[in-house]
Amino acid sequence: MSESNYREIRRSRANDIPATVKRIFRYLAQYRWLLVIVFFCIIIEALTNVASSYFFTPLINDYILPLAGQKDPDLSGFIGQLVKMGCIYMCGITAAYIYRRIMSIVTTGTLHNMRLDLFSHMQDMPVQFYDTHTHGELMNFYTNDIDAIRPLIGDTLPQMINTIISLVGSMTMMIILSPRLTLITMTLLVLVTSVSVFVGKRSRKYFVKVMRTVSDINGYVEEMLLGQKEVKVFSHEKESVKAFSKFNDETMEASIKSNMFAQSLMPINVNLSYISYAVVAVLGAKACIEGSLELGALASFLLYTRQIAGPVSGLSQQFNGVMMSIAGAERMFEVMDTPTEVDEGKIELVNAMNEEGILVECSQRTGTFAWKDPATGDLTELKGDIRLNDVTFSYVPDKVVLRDVSLYAKPGQKIAFVGSTGAGKTTITNLINRFYDVQEGVITYDGIPVNNIKKSSLRKSLGMVLQDTNLFSGTVMDNIRYGNLEATDEECIAAAKLANADSFINRLPDGYDTMLTANGANLSQGQRQLLNIARAAVSNPPVLILDEATSSIDTHTERVIEKGMDKLMQGRTVFVIAHRLSTVRNSNAIMVLEHGQIVERGDHDDLLRQKGRYYKLYTGAAELD
Amino acid sequence: MFKLVLKYTKQFKWAAIIAPVLVALEVLFEVSIPRTMTVIIDEGINGAGGVNMDIIYQAGWKMVMYSFAAMLLGAASGILAAMASSGFIRNLRLALYEKIQNFSFANMDKFEVPSLVTRMTKDMRELRMAYLAIIRMLIRAPFQLITSTIMVFTLNAQLGKIFLVAIPVLAIGLYLISHFAHPMFRVLMRKFDRMNASLEENFVGIRVVKTFVRENFEKKKFEDSSLSVRKQQRMAESLVILNNPFFSFVTYACMIAVSWFGGNFIIAGNMTMGEFMSYLSYLRSILFGLMMVSFALMQIIFAQASVDRANEVLNEKIDIEDKGTDPELVPEDGSVEFRNVSFKYTADAHKYALENINLTIKSGEMVGIIGSTGSSKTTLVQLLPRLYDVTEGEVLVGGHDVREYRLDNLRKSVSMVLQKNVLFSGTIEENLKWGDQNATHEEVVEAARCAQAHDFITSFPKGYETDLGQGGVNVSGGQKQRLCIARALLKKPDIIIMDDSTSAVDTETDKKIRTALRERLAGMTTIIIAQRISSIMDADKIVVMNEGKIEDIGTHDELMGRNMVYHDLYETQLKGVSQ
Repeated sequence: MSESNYREIRRSRANDIPATVKRIFRYLAQYRWLLVIVFFCIIIEALTNVASSYFFTPLINDYILPLAGQKDPDLSGFIGQLVKMGCIYMCGITAAYIYRRIMSIVTTGTLHNMRLDLFSHMQDMPVQFYDTHTHGELMNFYTNDIDAIRPLIGDTLPQMINTIISLVGSMTMMIILSPRLTLITMTLLVLVTSVSVFVGKRSRKYFVKVMRTVSDINGYVEEMLLGQKEVKVFSHEKESVKAFSKFNDETMEASIKSNMFAQSLMPINVNLSYISYAVVAVLGAKACIEGSLELGALASFLLYTRQIAGPVSGLSQQFNGVMMSIAGAERMFEVMDTPTEVDEGKIELVNAMNEEGILVECSQRTGTFAWKDPATGDLTELKGDIRLNDVTFSYVPDKVVLRDVSLYAKPGQKIAFVGSTGAGKTTITNLINRFYDVQEGVITYDGIPVNNIKKSSLRKSLGMVLQDTNLFSGTVMDNIRYGNLEATDEECIAAAKLANADSFINRLPDGYDTMLTANGANLSQGQRQLLNIARAAVSNPPVLILDEATSSIDTHTERVIEKGMDKLMQGRTVFVIAHRLSTVRNSNAIMVLEHGQIVERGDHDDLLRQKGRYYKLYTGAAELD
Repeated sequence: MFKLVLKYTKQFKWAAIIAPVLVALEVLFEVSIPRTMTVIIDEGINGAGGVNMDIIYQAGWKMVMYSFAAMLLGAASGILAAMASSGFIRNLRLALYEKIQNFSFANMDKFEVPSLVTRMTKDMRELRMAYLAIIRMLIRAPFQLITSTIMVFTLNAQLGKIFLVAIPVLAIGLYLISHFAHPMFRVLMRKFDRMNASLEENFVGIRVVKTFVRENFEKKKFEDSSLSVRKQQRMAESLVILNNPFFSFVTYACMIAVSWFGGNFIIAGNMTMGEFMSYLSYLRSILFGLMMVSFALMQIIFAQASVDRANEVLNEKIDIEDKGTDPELVPEDGSVEFRNVSFKYTADAHKYALENINLTIKSGEMVGIIGSTGSSKTTLVQLLPRLYDVTEGEVLVGGHDVREYRLDNLRKSVSMVLQKNVLFSGTIEENLKWGDQNATHEEVVEAARCAQAHDFITSFPKGYETDLGQGGVNVSGGQKQRLCIARALLKKPDIIIMDDSTSAVDTETDKKIRTALRERLAGMTTIIIAQRISSIMDADKIVVMNEGKIEDIGTHDELMGRNMVYHDLYETQLKGVSQ
């Protein structure tokens, strides 16, 4: 097992904090009026807090102390003061409730909007983006990064406003009450803050380490569990636990260190505030004796001393979280800034009908389609003629995958690609549907360069059955209908019959209404492929690309569905990629690819006569006779 | 939660015990501070003997000392709590991983890998938070509550009655809020899960989405699930946000009540000014303590989901038990016998995956298995290394029932190349050595040669030191399969099973591998499952399977003569070649 980290460590620091924060605020902007209300409510709440402690000064000085010892004291002023306090408190409580209610709308709404924007953007990203990011990485944006923004907007932001106002308010009151004592409290407050900042800095180092070790564990566990069957077969359990233990212990070390700081910060801050409380009490008492301070003022002052320490240390504790949230938001925005699939194609696919030999555009489905150039209004009938002229392509510079590939497929022809893994078979189909764009040469569809066709129109005219069978949560029927959202139930069932999927679907507990979960985990690989074929059949495209579409269907079943497949392919241009040569034998032309070049071409009999690469491949199995 | 804590704190027990004790002491000091305040005001300023600066200074010092003591105790308990919580998580996580390592295939099938990974990371984080809450908050807050209440009553019992009303009101209120909020959060979590599942599905199937131009359809679908998350989130939050205003309400009400009654007492001369002021200070401690208890309880309730998920793994019954007692017992040779074997994957499955299988394979034979999708070929061979246990009948390897061997002895002797191959990050050599940790480089090369992998390995610039990357992304499908065969061969097993292991290898190389197996490893029993008839037609014995039963056994020539299905397969695959 290599010692290297399993996953590229995610950046835990933001690069451009102001820009990211600005962008978060742009999301908040649509709630600006609500936020104004929130802002006022927070001010009211904070001021109430400040006032609540101040009230004791007049209460004690004006209403309690003067009355002390009197036989029949006049309590009306006292009661009045208490009622006043009660009213103000109620205002504060109401304001606090209102702003929390509104913030809930704002945060959930903002997160929803961010998720949608991110998802929409991702849907429009080129396939290349998905090829270069693991699913885990993509999921992380939603499960971690967006979630991390939540406390930033919902908790930290209001608390920051609250703290600032409370601090300024309390400080003002304290200065009014006693400037000298304020100086002492201030000194201790600075101490509290610097302790928090110091501890925060120390713990951040370990905090980052915790994140890294946890992501290591994550990577290790994922890799091992995906290969758990291998671990069993090779009795590798002990080694696997040993390696895991190492990662686990590292995580513990880092976690202990980072938590040590975080956990001891709170009691330190609280007690520092008690020390300041004690100092203020002694000096305040002295001032009272000297007559420069009233007892009521001291009471209020002591309450303030306790009150201001809390929010300051609270805010400083949130610092790490805030930094992480911003880093997460930045990562997310980075994705949103990556350019989406470019689509400079203008030519669209439209419904058309043939009126006395002339092609006319129409709105209803006629089964006839045409390419329409919106600039000139010219219509070209969709036939399914595809040509590649001297196409050269590479995924990464200097590593040519296809070199000078030329071929043609006339409407209704079946063209097969044969060759070893990595020869470039799938790449050709990726270029035809423009998952990737050619670097040299040109691909035409009914004579139109594919780059001039709108991607959505192009892909609608191509049916693909891919090597990986991906199904979606939903019923079997939903999955077949994915090929054509307008298809009726009957059309879907007909397509399933064509793909020979009807019989196994009927044997499922709820037939066509059976729910498929987790990419159709309850189906065998072969059954999933049959559903994939049905899905392509229902989309009824003029051109069909079958990329190892029947690889997991055994030859026996393949023969059974052959008729259906023949019917499916009838009248369509078909590209077939298959490992099994029996699948491609009846093609109009077979292209043998080797290292990105077509080394042989011809029909089955031609190629056998050539006694070249295809002959060798084919007879490699046969020479045992 | 508490059961788990007791079980997995282990070597961090002392930290877990001392931390709360220190917390309790810290609280004692902390609670004494306002009390001392009373002395300053009542005896120092308003004392009977007039102003007394000494008493004020003394009390002041006492308060500072108390604070220092509380600070040290608090910091120490924080450090201990950090150790205990992180240690607890370490132990629990290790226990989970060890348990999973002991899972059988059937156990593995039940859990999905991403869910297991979440259990070991995200859930652990939740549990650590809850654990910290328990050993710090849940001790601290009630203790603070109780001591403060006692202080309040000793100061003035009559005024203390206010708290007898306030505490239950606050407690009931907080309880009601969390009681109604909790189920809403559970629903929220489920909605989150569903949203994430659909996201993952989208990412995995992005090519399908793009091929069928369903981007907008998917956006709409996602908007719906995101919106339902949002709605649920708002509903759940609308209850939780009541917490704070409610707490403030009770606190303020108490302050007014204390002011009114306290004021009256002072006026009547039944209470001193100092007592009144420390009363106000305790008031916050008491109510705040209660709030903390409710927070801690809430955290524990939230963590309950994580506890359940951990327990699900820990309590999973491992259905393949390693009962072999004799560590010396190893299979004598590579002979295999299935005696009246029937098998179904789960006890409540209606259909048997294998029915009444009888099959004898002599040591050193090469056996081919062929049959259509779903005919249980893989199921059959998985019984040999006990990846699953038979439901009825018995499987013998090397003369003994497989259940008599110790698992590691059995699996050392039965090597299997799985249909869905996995390679691990690390170099090629490291990966091959999975077969045998102690193999020399020569042995590794020999195995690679046998599997026809040596040539392509040495064609890489770094040869056997080439890094494979996670899941072996740096080699092609066919190369991967050959590496997996080499890895299995390195074990020098008595029996090797290749489950469709050469499907991506070209026929020529496929044949070379079989020739190498025959020539160099003549004594080894070889079982090959294949789609391609050419891969098995030269086997000593070919088993034709159909729907969980053996349809026919024979050599190629025999089967060609009498078995229609086999004949058909041969015809479709090899027709036209002989021209």
